[in-house]
Amino acid sequence: MKRGLGIALASGAAALAMTLLSAVPPHAQASAANSGDQYLSPSEMAFSPDGRLLYVVCERSDQLLVLNASQGVVVQRIRVGHVPRTVAVSPNGRQVFVTNSWDDTISVIDAATIDAAKSTATRTIATQAEPYGLVVDHGGKTLYVANRIDNDVSLIDIATGVERKRLTAGHGSSYLAISADGRRVYCTHVYPRIVPQRRVPQSEVTVIDTASEAVAERIPLDGVAGMFHVALSADGRLGVVAQMRPKNLVPLAHVEHGWVFGHSLTVFGADAGGTIEVPLDELEHYYSLPYGVAIAPDKSRIFVTASGSDVVTVIDTKRLLAFAHSRRKPFVNDLSASANYVRARIVVGRNPRGVAMSPNGRRLYVANRMDDTLSVIDTLNDRSVGTVDLGGGAKTISAARRGEQIFTTSRYAFQGQFSCANCHIDSTFDGLTWDLEPDGFGKDIVDNRLIEDLAGTEPFKWNGGNPSMATECGPRTEMYFYRSQSYSPPELADLVDYIYSLPPRPNRFRASDGQLTAAQERGKAIFYRQVNKFGKAIPEANQCAYCHSGPKHTSQKGFDVGTGKWTDRSPVFDTPQLVNIALTAPYLHDESASSLEEIWTVFNPHDQHGATNDLTKDELNDLVEYLKTL
Amino acid sequence: MKLRILMVLVFMTLLLLGAGKSATVKPAGAGHEAEAVTASMPRFRWENFTTANGLPDNHVFAVLVDGDRVWAGTENGLAVFEGGRWKVFTPKDGLAHRAVLALALDKSTGDLWVGTMGGLNHVSAGRIDTYTQLNSGLSNDVVYGVGVQGDYVWTATAAGASRLNTRTGEWSLYNERNTPMAEIWTYAVSVGADKVYFAVWGSGVLEYTIATGRWKDYTDPDGENELVLFKDQGLIHKITSSVSYVDNTLWAATYFGDSHYDGRSWHNFLTKDSGLPSNFTNQVRGLDARRAWFCTDRGLAYYDGVNWAVYRPALDTGKPEMYIRETSGKITPVPVETAPAHNYMLAIDFQGNDVWVATAKGLSHGIRQK
Repeated sequence: MKRGLGIALASGAAALAMTLLSAVPPHAQASAANSGDQYLSPSEMAFSPDGRLLYVVCERSDQLLVLNASQGVVVQRIRVGHVPRTVAVSPNGRQVFVTNSWDDTISVIDAATIDAAKSTATRTIATQAEPYGLVVDHGGKTLYVANRIDNDVSLIDIATGVERKRLTAGHGSSYLAISADGRRVYCTHVYPRIVPQRRVPQSEVTVIDTASEAVAERIPLDGVAGMFHVALSADGRLGVVAQMRPKNLVPLAHVEHGWVFGHSLTVFGADAGGTIEVPLDELEHYYSLPYGVAIAPDKSRIFVTASGSDVVTVIDTKRLLAFAHSRRKPFVNDLSASANYVRARIVVGRNPRGVAMSPNGRRLYVANRMDDTLSVIDTLNDRSVGTVDLGGGAKTISAARRGEQIFTTSRYAFQGQFSCANCHIDSTFDGLTWDLEPDGFGKDIVDNRLIEDLAGTEPFKWNGGNPSMATECGPRTEMYFYRSQSYSPPELADLVDYIYSLPPRPNRFRASDGQLTAAQERGKAIFYRQVNKFGKAIPEANQCAYCHSGPKHTSQKGFDVGTGKWTDRSPVFDTPQLVNIALTAPYLHDESASSLEEIWTVFNPHDQHGATNDLTKDELNDLVEYLKTL
Repeated sequence: MKLRILMVLVFMTLLLLGAGKSATVKPAGAGHEAEAVTASMPRFRWENFTTANGLPDNHVFAVLVDGDRVWAGTENGLAVFEGGRWKVFTPKDGLAHRAVLALALDKSTGDLWVGTMGGLNHVSAGRIDTYTQLNSGLSNDVVYGVGVQGDYVWTATAAGASRLNTRTGEWSLYNERNTPMAEIWTYAVSVGADKVYFAVWGSGVLEYTIATGRWKDYTDPDGENELVLFKDQGLIHKITSSVSYVDNTLWAATYFGDSHYDGRSWHNFLTKDSGLPSNFTNQVRGLDARRAWFCTDRGLAYYDGVNWAVYRPALDTGKPEMYIRETSGKITPVPVETAPAHNYMLAIDFQGNDVWVATAKGLSHGIRQK
């Protein structure tokens, strides 16, 4: 595909969708009306074993859609839990499982009731914090569930709904795949492992042996941060992971040199002869945020969505492996490499995420999250053959929805290199520090924060330099990130609207009734104390609740809390909000504290960051327990 | 405090220099009864591992068997013996400290928890995560003991006990402020289905009841450091080095004798009235309510509920030695050709009928012969 054409098509995706619709029968448009006017945000899919039904998870509408795959017709809309993420089907097709990431549950649906037009989730299974990916073992007895917040994989007995064990996986464990023979489950994670400050990001593919139900291997991936789907070939000899390689250890001043993000695959297994990282980008155009991945049954092709570029990249597996084996040194940063193995770039809808291949391997379905559509790809001819409109009820696109579309597309960045979503994965954070240019190379190295529930936390930036979100996302992004004209004023307003619309996810450390545990209560008393243990008054500015005040626990002012480094131009930092602070390790403006504890055990020797040096270890633990509830 | 420092010095001296000498076992008259007792006691062929054949250090503080794998905690790294070869993990690999003091297996996941002189490690399929008193809620970096109880990981540290809830990440600390722990130097932990026991240097044994979350202490009833005035009426001494809870029975080791408590009655063991080769016991491991192994500074002892067997290099000649000590006091030597690497024993674990023993001069594999 011509690069310029790709960009043009991406920007005119709505028109494109209309064009593609002509390629499928009229009934491919939604036949079961959406009951409300909510957006759907389809993200993941799974086929029934016979290929007759396609199940589509809709994150935004809390629904599982059931499509007649051959007709492209929605036959059922099943209400599931809050913010569903992934769907899996039992080997016999009788049960369908959906992870509800904000409810910490799995909806179990009896597939036999679907045709009767009365299907509902028959029961729910409680899970750990933020269940994401899931697979069913080949015996149909065990669910493997990746828990994003708990960083592990739960093994749940389907019959009883009881978690049998949890296995430690990567930071932000999210996506799972099971090998065709059922002997291995593979897990990826979206945040890098917490390592000492300014070290090369590290990630892993966690390999679970289903016979022993133990971790058999951890495949290390150095330099990788942000891993998404993993897929295995039918013969088990090839594995593929979609991933990002951030260039966060050099100043972010080389957008024009392609030195911000690399988008790549890791191939592993017997065919690869080890672990090989292969770039997806081209010399002058990028295919950002690789997300969904599938391998053709005959292993001839690998399909991967570029969720920020509205494209599905088709890779010739044979050429890829031949090229990889011909290279003696790593070539993941060689942008000319992809020309040797990319067969096609197929334009799809906005923000393509998960993929599902029909059991016969002839069709690949792509969930276009920001369009509420599915793209249908002819896998033998590498072309899109249609679009299924899932019937999102909203006919008028809201400002926040337009803003989310802007947030997730990389078309604004120079050469389409990255989008907001590259650093704010799933509208959260990335667990990395960046050296931004405006303050000079090597100066003001900062992490990025969780962007939920931001209203009332202005100003922005760690130095408090941006008074509003419009400044944060507008001129600053144009000049220092995207190196382009970036957003028009209306687009910027939409983007701001979207970011301010992001609610806080449920706090997993606070009881649903708001009751605090004994340790949390003791910690709260420490947080709000005004007198130290020796009866001496604590100066106001050294009381936790002075700076961390208000509903979001920020006074919206800057303070010198003694955490400045020689690299910082000023030791004064904006007081960060503490909403869901437990989720965003490492801490401090430069991620120098690997844990909440280190903020005080290592970086507060003079009580500048709150009076804490009179506390015993028990009391500090109590304070940490309270902070986790905020 | 002075007593504690003294004990540390004694311990370290003995560890580095090996045990003192004592008289060689004298043969006793043999009879049919003695022959029957002798035949019933386990015999081993000992294979010893040292730095000469792959162990990273000869000072071995802990040993743990996980199926075909054997883990050894040494003064210079964590080692695992698998497929006939040793693989070593050091601080370069992420270990919190080179000196590994304690090991515990999470049988549910196969993960290993490792107590070191510099923090707690979680070892999972080659990945090593570290918890220290600075980066986590761990009470102290010197971790003498580790135990896994479902989602909880208990640690015995130089500043009290800690419990990590692996589900929530919450750390709970137990010390003089919330338990009957006069001294906070916890030295070992043993986890059962209903209770968790701690050996506390200077405070006897602490019992935590899981259902109620309550603590209870067991101390030396006579309170005497040098004397045993109330035999079989409680813990033999408050300088406790090890606990083992099995079959609702507590086995407790001290540096001044050992104890057995079935919930109703106490029984104390001293060299003068049992087959213990020394009152200085580093570790006790109960097999059940009747049988236990004792790792002392003068050899490894097995107690079958009635009689005793001792395995060691002879204290004077260093030649392989095994003897049976019957309840009557009769001692019968058993001819053997091999012995553990050293008489200073620190820890034991079991692999089927075999035993693995950590000593001051290597790791010993006792291969069961009879």
